[in-house]
Amino acid sequence: MNTQASRPAPSGAFEYLTTKKDEFVGWARKFSLFPYPFVTACCAMEFMSVSSTLYDTDRFGAALPRFTPRQSDLLMVVGTVTHKQAPILKKVYEQMCEPKWVIAFGVCATSGGFYQNYAALPGIDKIIPVDLYIPGCPPRPEMVIDGIMKLQDRIARDRHPIINEKF
Amino acid sequence: MSDAVFEQVREHLAGVAQEATVAHGVLALLVEPAHLLDVVRALKDTFAFDMFLDVTAVDWPEREPRFDVVWHFYSTRHFVRVRVKTRVPLADPIVDTLVTLYGSARYMERECHDMYGIVFRGNDDLRPILLYEGFEGHPLRKDYPKQKEQPLVPYRDVKP
Repeated sequence: MNTQASRPAPSGAFEYLTTKKDEFVGWARKFSLFPYPFVTACCAMEFMSVSSTLYDTDRFGAALPRFTPRQSDLLMVVGTVTHKQAPILKKVYEQMCEPKWVIAFGVCATSGGFYQNYAALPGIDKIIPVDLYIPGCPPRPEMVIDGIMKLQDRIARDRHPIINEKF
Repeated sequence: MSDAVFEQVREHLAGVAQEATVAHGVLALLVEPAHLLDVVRALKDTFAFDMFLDVTAVDWPEREPRFDVVWHFYSTRHFVRVRVKTRVPLADPIVDTLVTLYGSARYMERECHDMYGIVFRGNDDLRPILLYEGFEGHPLRKDYPKQKEQPLVPYRDVKP
């Protein structure tokens, strides 16, 4: 969603300030991610590694996990999701407030990975929309950080509904 | 040590066990489904095989009777394992439950029922334990299609 193009080019002081306001709000939003860790499998080890001191996702403002979907805006699906778990994942996603983003962490969440059988869901995008895929079995912490930064860039470019002609 | 116990078991069950061989340090007994409870009771009471390790099955699609049902027991007195096998056909995959002898058999029999459709006569709780309500078929049988899925949540329409 690129709203940058649809906006008129800044022509005066007011428009200049408006543009800066957009950027400011985008900057504030991109460092205010509240992840909900939906952690099901071995990728959890890598998730712990990337969250804790050495790699430290807190540097990106994305480390304070909220263990209720209603307080979170970033759903991190970490690990294999089975058909039996799929209704739970769907419910968690539906309980999250807009705006919300979804990261598929690891190849199992992305596509099912090497599980192609009666038990595993072949990728969480079969049931919920996904914004960012991080492949790897498990992904390196650097890849996760890269993914989070890409998502932050996108959030910073998005226009928040709070920015309108009255504000 | 283990050989002495195995020899005693073999002598004790000479009339019942169709086969009694030692493979990889485990005594493997093949018995008729009708003799199962007697054999296991003898193993438990006489030879102190007091720990129920697992029950599972093996599917031989070409063979009649088609399924092997396999139990493993461990003796915490003699420190040896024993494997008990029996054969049941597809048309009548029924064996006796061991819940009366080992309480933990309850859950493992549920799993075996999930995966292979073996019915344990006397186990009154054979609801799915690893699978879910509404799952059709038994996924570890060889005739279950390898990639057949039974999703609980309908898939989204994703544009290519």
